[in-house]
Amino acid sequence: MIRLLFLAAALCLTLPGPSHAQSLQNLLQTHADEVLKPGRRSVGVVLDDLVSSGLPQAVPFLEAWRDREIVQRDADGRFFRSADDTLFDLETGEVLGPAESDALTQSRPNGGVRRAIGDALVQFQLSDPDITKRRAAVDAIARSMDASQLTPLRMSIEAEPDTALKATKTRLAGMLAARFGKTPEARIDAIGGLAGDLSVDVRAVLNTILATTGDVAETLPDDVNLARLLQPGIDLTEAEAYRQLVANDLAPPPIPAHAIRAALSSNIVDGFVGGLAVHTLDTDENRMTAYRALAQAGEVPPLVTAQDQAAALASHVFYQAYDEPDIRITDAARAALDAIETRVAFSQAADLALDALSLASIYFLAAIGLAITFGVMGVINMAHGEFIMMGAYTGFVVQLFVPDYTLSILIALPLAFAVTFGAGVAMERLVIRHLYHRPLETLLATFGLSIALQQLAKNIFGTQARPLTSPGWLDGALVFNDVIAISYIRIAIFVLALIFLGVILYVLKRTRLGLEVRAVTQNPGMAASMGINPDRINMLTFGLGSGIAGIAGVAIGLYAKVTSEMGADYIVQSFMTVVVGGVGNVWGTLAGASLIGFLQKGIEWLNPSNTLAAQTYMILFIILFIQFRPKGIVALKGRAAAD
Amino acid sequence: MRHSFIAQNPSVLWFLLALSLFTLGVTVLSEAAGVAVISTSFVKTLGKTLCLCLIAVAMDVVWGYCGILSLGHFAFFGLGGYAIGMWLMYARTEAIVLDALAQQPLPPTPQEVSDAIGNQIFGVVGSSEFPWIWAFADTLYLQLLMIVVIPGLLALVFGWLAFRSRVTGVYLSILTQAMTLALSLYLFQNDSGLRGNNGLSGLQNIPGYEDTSQAVISIVFLWASALALGAGYVFFAWVVSGKMGSVIKGIRDNEARVRFLGYRVESYKLFIFTITAIVSAIAGALYYPQAGIINPGEIAPIASIYLAVWVAIGGRGRLYGAVIGAAFVSLLSSWFTGGGAPAVPLGFYTIQWTDWWLVLLGLSFVAVTLFFPKGIGGLFDYLVRKP
Amino acid sequence: MVKSLPLSSLVTAGVLAAASAYACDAPIKVGVLHSLSGTMAISETTLKDTMLLLIDEQNAAGGVLDCEIEAVVVDPASDWPLFAEKARELLTVHDVDVIFGNWTSVSRKSVLPVIEELNGLLFYPVQYEGEESSKNVFYTGAAPNQQAIPATDYFLEELGVEKFALLGTDYVYPRTTNNILESYLKSNGIAEEDIFVNYTPFGHSDWATIVADVVALGADGKQVGVISTINGDANIGFYKELAAAGISADDIPVVAFSVGEEELSGLDTSNLVGHLAAWNYFQSAESEANDAWVAAWKAKMGEDRVTNDPMEAHYIGFNMWVNAVTEAGTTDVDAVRTAMYGQEFPNLTGGTAVMLPNHHLAKPVLIGEITADGQFDIISQTEEVPGDAWTDFLPESAVLKSDWQTLGCGMYNTETETCIQLTSNY
Repeated sequence: MIRLLFLAAALCLTLPGPSHAQSLQNLLQTHADEVLKPGRRSVGVVLDDLVSSGLPQAVPFLEAWRDREIVQRDADGRFFRSADDTLFDLETGEVLGPAESDALTQSRPNGGVRRAIGDALVQFQLSDPDITKRRAAVDAIARSMDASQLTPLRMSIEAEPDTALKATKTRLAGMLAARFGKTPEARIDAIGGLAGDLSVDVRAVLNTILATTGDVAETLPDDVNLARLLQPGIDLTEAEAYRQLVANDLAPPPIPAHAIRAALSSNIVDGFVGGLAVHTLDTDENRMTAYRALAQAGEVPPLVTAQDQAAALASHVFYQAYDEPDIRITDAARAALDAIETRVAFSQAADLALDALSLASIYFLAAIGLAITFGVMGVINMAHGEFIMMGAYTGFVVQLFVPDYTLSILIALPLAFAVTFGAGVAMERLVIRHLYHRPLETLLATFGLSIALQQLAKNIFGTQARPLTSPGWLDGALVFNDVIAISYIRIAIFVLALIFLGVILYVLKRTRLGLEVRAVTQNPGMAASMGINPDRINMLTFGLGSGIAGIAGVAIGLYAKVTSEMGADYIVQSFMTVVVGGVGNVWGTLAGASLIGFLQKGIEWLNPSNTLAAQTYMILFIILFIQFRPKGIVALKGRAAAD
Repeated sequence: MRHSFIAQNPSVLWFLLALSLFTLGVTVLSEAAGVAVISTSFVKTLGKTLCLCLIAVAMDVVWGYCGILSLGHFAFFGLGGYAIGMWLMYARTEAIVLDALAQQPLPPTPQEVSDAIGNQIFGVVGSSEFPWIWAFADTLYLQLLMIVVIPGLLALVFGWLAFRSRVTGVYLSILTQAMTLALSLYLFQNDSGLRGNNGLSGLQNIPGYEDTSQAVISIVFLWASALALGAGYVFFAWVVSGKMGSVIKGIRDNEARVRFLGYRVESYKLFIFTITAIVSAIAGALYYPQAGIINPGEIAPIASIYLAVWVAIGGRGRLYGAVIGAAFVSLLSSWFTGGGAPAVPLGFYTIQWTDWWLVLLGLSFVAVTLFFPKGIGGLFDYLVRKP
Repeated sequence: MVKSLPLSSLVTAGVLAAASAYACDAPIKVGVLHSLSGTMAISETTLKDTMLLLIDEQNAAGGVLDCEIEAVVVDPASDWPLFAEKARELLTVHDVDVIFGNWTSVSRKSVLPVIEELNGLLFYPVQYEGEESSKNVFYTGAAPNQQAIPATDYFLEELGVEKFALLGTDYVYPRTTNNILESYLKSNGIAEEDIFVNYTPFGHSDWATIVADVVALGADGKQVGVISTINGDANIGFYKELAAAGISADDIPVVAFSVGEEELSGLDTSNLVGHLAAWNYFQSAESEANDAWVAAWKAKMGEDRVTNDPMEAHYIGFNMWVNAVTEAGTTDVDAVRTAMYGQEFPNLTGGTAVMLPNHHLAKPVLIGEITADGQFDIISQTEEVPGDAWTDFLPESAVLKSDWQTLGCGMYNTETETCIQLTSNY
């Protein structure tokens, strides 16, 4: 209201006089405070004045303002444009000299104000020769969805040279028409045009048309466009329904417990209240009795009993009515939205499946090295997580020296393999080799290594998380529609997981090394007598498993974070993946990772507000699963299955 | 029986003697006795160490004697702490709330009292409802019962499921680790009703003894912990001697053979698993009132792994080994991380032990497993055999 | 009581001033209780260095009461029970006069009973959830009404947000803050179904589904905004996923309460420009005091180090303590506490911080937009907001009030006019 008055006043001031007589600087000076410290709700006056002034400098000024290039000189309060440390005059655009930040105060419009400026610029930019400005204008319309923009938008469609932008404009015009079209027919038409588009903004338009307001009345009024009737106790709680009644002055407010207590406390006379001794008032019943007595004496408002409330609820109708009065429009929007919602549900399921697949591939990647060292060799390597960490830090170090992200990743992947392969081989030679007959002690020794490595990483790289940045071409997401999208980095991880699966299967099943590995695992003595050197094979196998963990580390660091504790986050999960899937089998690990990934996403979907609970229940499920299928999903059979 | 058991375990008497001397010595030198050679905070550290020794003994029985490498015994330790902590918090808060409500003109209703306590305990974590698991928290003896019942039941059910399906060796270790991880994640949730990440705090203030100084309370708990450790030590020494001891050692060495001999291996394992869990819980119930706070981080998987580390360093398969390991490593840890160890200047680099202690611990752990599988306790064999 | 206070403090001051020249062969000890190892070392080590810098500067300026200040640094190693143990050690073995320390709420709760039992003095420098008031603790970080509420107002007023996603790590600060915000938003006419709440574990990395959920909130045409109380490392994955999903601050603005300059240094911020954070201090604040402070910090720690909000809290807290000690003429806890009320010290952001009787500061609230170089562009700065220990937006605590100066009570029920307890709520 106040804003309207202001607007009217501003129009009165600006309209009568010849607009060219006023300079931009003068106009800004009348609103100096608002220009310097604009607020979303108050900036409208300035924008309206600027737009209605018709000054040619207004548009470049608005653009500069939005980009935070407007400064005020502290000495005389005049405004200038400052860019690249140079000061420009607003009227003429000429260079005034270097900008000295000490003597200037910058105007910093916030996000809300920038959006308002964007809206004001729309009409000038819709047909601007610069396509980025036209795009910005279209974005601004899409964000604000204001009725006044329908006409200028429509006018600009015809002459739009860019086909993609033209399509966007047409679509946007359709959305605006659905909401603000002049006749109901035009709107229904436009709504029909939106059917089948499941993007968020189209749903936003339809939902806005279908916005409802809850209300309550004694009988249902005839003149509302009814969305649905509400049944207290089913569609809304009885307490909530009664609160609505109270809010509409249709029922007396209930007396809450603390009000009863306060009323009783303030009516104590000689140790008695309402005929009862104060010390007996330590039960709700006695308090009620005393309060009733007070109410009968007229000292306090009467109680509202549960029966009163139920009766009040029964004698009223609760309903939701569409804000849009025309039933034809709401019906059309409802039909369009219902059709979209079904598709959205399918898309959401697909998106969830994609997320699950991605999570599964991350688990698989983290666990596959373990599937070799633990699954094939039977070595419990608690330091596996630290190999993942070493890989990630290798990536970080490479990026320190190679600033090109694509090149650095290409170097980091083999280097991470080499580093962790070496570490794995060293560990096998120095520690694990001596403990092949004592598996539980391997667990403890490798745990010792794990805490030592973790602390070592802290000492070298600090506790702060380190950046590992993915190359530009992995930024962003593959968008199928507004619901189904997956980031490229996750796709890359998925592809990497597939490659590893292939490579490992190939190595184990098709190469001489794989044959020897399998021979040594099944019967080291016999393998040795066939001329295989078990020491060498164990060393290589362990190195291979560790090396893969290193590469996994680079991938995981790219999508999440690089810290000294990142390995610890994955180690228990990885062991469970291998155990659930079935030890000694790469396919088992794949099955285990898929099971865990899909299960976790499933539980998250059931309880979206608590991810921690999802993890807890997933582990519980795994514990139970192992009880009933101790050998995992893909259990080995026959001799190989012997412990 | 008793006779032969002492004869079989001469270490029991020596241990009890050493424990009594230690406790007496600490008491005499403490602030409570007016000498203050040993500060109250160090008395608390020593008392806590005794509790850690007790759980280490339990761990030694289940791992060193029965061959089950449980990586989840700290879960039971924590549950014991939570059980006693619930009563401590409830009783302390109840006293505060009753005092506050007594100043009001009307006597409080039971509902008001309960609401006020709930609000006081859970208000700081953003809720005020009393969760059902606090049902017994108002009664001390019931909650004391919970200390043994809840961890005991958990161990019983978990062990029954695991041993029934013959999950053994490494798989069992990972399974127990998953159990403690699940429990700690569950407790981390605010919705679990145990104040989430904040846990239960202020446990050093014993309701009813607000005016007793912490110096005295710390000595009382030192005695209680010593008593529990002594009793637990004797009990486990008795368990692992005699026929039962032979059977469980047999299970460790060759489970299948014992089974073929007609013993019900699962029952033995279940018994050992459950009874050690209960003793761990008792140790926890004594530990946390001295620590003052329990939160889910205490039962993260790493704590249970450290427990195995202590036992291994101390020497498996001998009860005093576990005690030595737990006391030695945990006290050494707090000395190093507390900045007690002097920094070592190397000229080009100065070794700060707060940074390097874990590296040293980890590596020495590898060395122990590789070169001294008998741990520190092995040194005693050496000494005894020498003369 | 009130009348006699200044007199008695004057007397004590006189007595001790006479003795202080003598007493000064022993330095005044300041305990520093910050984790230097373990998970919290990442944040707390910086604060230890801050304290050492402040103490050095004060000693260079002549110490306090003509005495040298000596820092006693201990390492509670991110282990919550160890905080209580180390606090007891500081107060009884090292006999420190004041402790500066703690970061997490759980560590503060661990220390509280010890500090209160031994009548110590703790300065706690981090933004926290409130709902607590201890006679022995001065809270120099922000209470919810000094960070969360103004940021939410900014969302409502300036960005026109109509639908809120409250994302947090599952622990007490986000839980309580989100409870307060939910209640506040409802009182501002935001419907319950327009508030989406999600909790994730510490160090969470799988953000795809949650980010998709947030985007889907926009389907009913309302402007969506995210209020993030996500803590620590988990932010890295969260912001990476936001960037990957192409969510710009113009579409869905995110305001964070636990992301400062230090956290951003682990991130490439070029995709996050325009997202917001609310604090009482940003390194980019323009004031002479701040320029000097940043310069001193960089000179001590290296050119690439940044300053942040909890550092400023220690800066104000330490200087106030020095002034209070000078005023009281003694380091005695009760005398210093009395002298602390009404202490004023210039903020680094301009303006003046005042210590209130509820042991909180009055400080301005700043909202900054992330810039490409990992700093914040301050776009909004309020007047000084007095910190409130008990929030007005939850019914149970709206009736509570903390006033140690005149009421002598930290948990005073204004409805029944009774003091609920003198110890704090731990």
